[in-house]
Amino acid sequence: MTIDLAQFHEMFFQESAEALDTMEQTLLQITEGTVEKEQIDTIFRVAHSIKGGSATFGFTGIASFTHTIETLLDLVRTGRIGITPNEMDLLLRSVDVMREMLSAEQYKRPLDEQAVADLQDSVKAVIARSSGAAPTPVPAPAAVEPGSSVPVPAAPAPAAAPGAERWRIGFRPGENLLARGNDPLRIFRELSRLGEMSVRVDAAGLPPLAQLDPHRCYLNWNLELAGPREREALDQVFDWIGDDADIRIDAPVIDAPVTPAAPRAEGSAVAPKPAPEPMPAAAAQPAPVAPAAVKAPETRAAGGEAPKAAPSESTSIRVSIEKIDELINTVGELVITQSMLSQLMVNMDGPQSEELRNGLGHLERQMRALQESVMRVRMLPISFVFNRFPRMVRDLSQKLGKKVELRMTGEQTELDKTVLEKIGDPLVHLVRNSIDHGIETVEGRRVVGKPEAGTIHLNAYHKGGNIIVEVIDDGAGLNRERILAKARERGLIGPDEELSDDRIYNLIFQPGFSTAEQVTDVSGRGVGMDVVRRNIMELGGNVQIFSNADHGSTVRIRLPLTLAILDGQLVRVGREVYVIPLVSIVETIQIRREQINSVAGGRAELLRLREECIPILRLYQLFEVEADTTELDDGLLTIVESDGQRMGIFVDELQAQQQVVIKSLETNFRQLTGISGATMLGDGRVALILDVPGLISLFESREKQARDDRQAAVRHAA
Amino acid sequence: MATIMAVDDSASMRRMVAFTLKGAGHEVIEAEDGVEAFSAARDRKVDLVVTDVNMPNMDGITLVRELRTLPTYRFTPILVLTTESSDAKKQEGRAAGATGWIVKPFSPDQLIATIRKVLG
Repeated sequence: MTIDLAQFHEMFFQESAEALDTMEQTLLQITEGTVEKEQIDTIFRVAHSIKGGSATFGFTGIASFTHTIETLLDLVRTGRIGITPNEMDLLLRSVDVMREMLSAEQYKRPLDEQAVADLQDSVKAVIARSSGAAPTPVPAPAAVEPGSSVPVPAAPAPAAAPGAERWRIGFRPGENLLARGNDPLRIFRELSRLGEMSVRVDAAGLPPLAQLDPHRCYLNWNLELAGPREREALDQVFDWIGDDADIRIDAPVIDAPVTPAAPRAEGSAVAPKPAPEPMPAAAAQPAPVAPAAVKAPETRAAGGEAPKAAPSESTSIRVSIEKIDELINTVGELVITQSMLSQLMVNMDGPQSEELRNGLGHLERQMRALQESVMRVRMLPISFVFNRFPRMVRDLSQKLGKKVELRMTGEQTELDKTVLEKIGDPLVHLVRNSIDHGIETVEGRRVVGKPEAGTIHLNAYHKGGNIIVEVIDDGAGLNRERILAKARERGLIGPDEELSDDRIYNLIFQPGFSTAEQVTDVSGRGVGMDVVRRNIMELGGNVQIFSNADHGSTVRIRLPLTLAILDGQLVRVGREVYVIPLVSIVETIQIRREQINSVAGGRAELLRLREECIPILRLYQLFEVEADTTELDDGLLTIVESDGQRMGIFVDELQAQQQVVIKSLETNFRQLTGISGATMLGDGRVALILDVPGLISLFESREKQARDDRQAAVRHAA
Repeated sequence: MATIMAVDDSASMRRMVAFTLKGAGHEVIEAEDGVEAFSAARDRKVDLVVTDVNMPNMDGITLVRELRTLPTYRFTPILVLTTESSDAKKQEGRAAGATGWIVKPFSPDQLIATIRKVLG
């Protein structure tokens, strides 16, 4: 039978990646000097498991490397060495290298072999130092050679004797042979595969029936075996017996036509060179208490008799994300159908309408429950993201010579998988910033009377249908004056403009804004807070920063529970209904004519609102639909914000705020600037979901186009 | 054919063992650790147990010892999968009552050959 081991590789890579995460986390939990038994056991088990798997699946390099790590871990486990910062560093770097090696195999990527070899040498050096000599541990496992079928390597055998030879074997089972599940019958069967064998049983030890313990083996056997040239083959058969039997194997007699050896004992049976299958049952027959009889109590129950207990499978299953999304999509459709039905019912009367209404009410509640539980399938605890931070904080603070403690709370808070994947990088950036710019040096902290070690607190919790993730540090806080100066220098605010502290702090999310006096190796390498904010906005969330001089700062990220549903404000323009994401709406106001300034010859309109000039977008113009009114003071202006830019969207009327199920335009039609998707309303109509950042840039480019056209026209006229 | 329990916390190794044994016509029950294996073994008598050693919750050696306390498993073959070719581990397994061992890494063919040694 040939089995393609490659089919298990994916699984191996996946579980090894998880195993390495476990190893890293456990390592980071080790406080200097004191290693809990449970911790080292876990780390050892993980390394051991990767070694076994990689050797089995033919990844020799990984097997060899993990073997070295395992040897080091074994020294720790047996208390011969402790984990000093040096070992900790080696082990953490080894985790990285093992990750690299695994992904090199998984994605067929090149590997820095030299780095692997160097680290392996460093680990070996530690091993050598502590064992006082060159490391001579168990040989590293070789990968399996496909096709070889020798089950167990055994001790080297004495030189083979040539010619036809008969091995004489004395076999005297001890008391424990049967108790360990071994069975003389099976041993004889194995031996008989090797060549022609004769078996003589010695039943002298058999007690009277009354005293007979059926769990014991009273018989001894003398065997003669012709065939195997190597003693190794024989040793292998007896490999598992150990001291459960007294086995004497005499050097082969170069034979000697003494065909069936002269009977020396009472009972005698000769097994002819057997065909492999029918066992030489005859050998055991003379003995009334043959092991076969002993087996009786545990003989397999006749087929089907045994209760078919559910095999204990694992309590979770892996399902592809596509299947789940399909399910979510179908449920989304169902919700729409259900609300269409409810809408229809509103105007229905008749004898059975009440019952129907009740039934629909039930349906609606159940739909909601169904939708919620389907959504939950896509949710994962945020610990998946948080888990990378202990390592990062440790490495970074070491590099910067700062002392930082990491606190994490709410790790079990669940988030949509896609949101979870995309929130990782922004969080990394924020934590880096906190360590680099927020937390002071040990010196600096001592001066202001703070504890030497700064604290970074990652916190996650639910709030009103959203997930809040906070990065809180007890560092120096943001420097208000420096931000203000920088903002003036960049022309982000006017020279005399005064802003509230909150708005000043949030200026750091503006593109290209960095106040770090020196670009450090850690942060400040181009990706700024503006990218962080953009990533979070793309997820339908927002981010705010609060700061308190000398007490630290808090970055608060608000994220939607899911990307499949959106909290929207329905607005009406003529007969069309649009959805504006609630997260981008600042306020909706009714305006007076005198608040409006016309510029550029009446082609652009600006709203003056609390010392701010906000451009106005007439939605009916952009989408070329007929509105109820074109008079700005007749309708409403919804002020939206994206990337710090505000814009007023002119609409006829505000309608309900509601959750809408997002349908992608891209997959069903094509991508359109200014529209992020569509949804179905309860009455079956389609409403487009407005993409605020897209609308703003669309609006700007149209303005610019109009300006250019005008200038061109002027030039042309001249 | 026989009913065999494959115990390993590593899913890939467990699947590999199970797949190989099923391919040889056996029925296979899988368990992720000693605790799960022990309770499954009590629910249903199997003809052979193949277990990994290093596992969370209950390791393979303890599993062997526990199984041997059950009357139905007094003589059932139990094989231990071990990466250690060292005698210490084998002795530990034997002391607990293991029938024999298979040293990792092994190929599917080697597994089949070894299993054949202990199945009646």
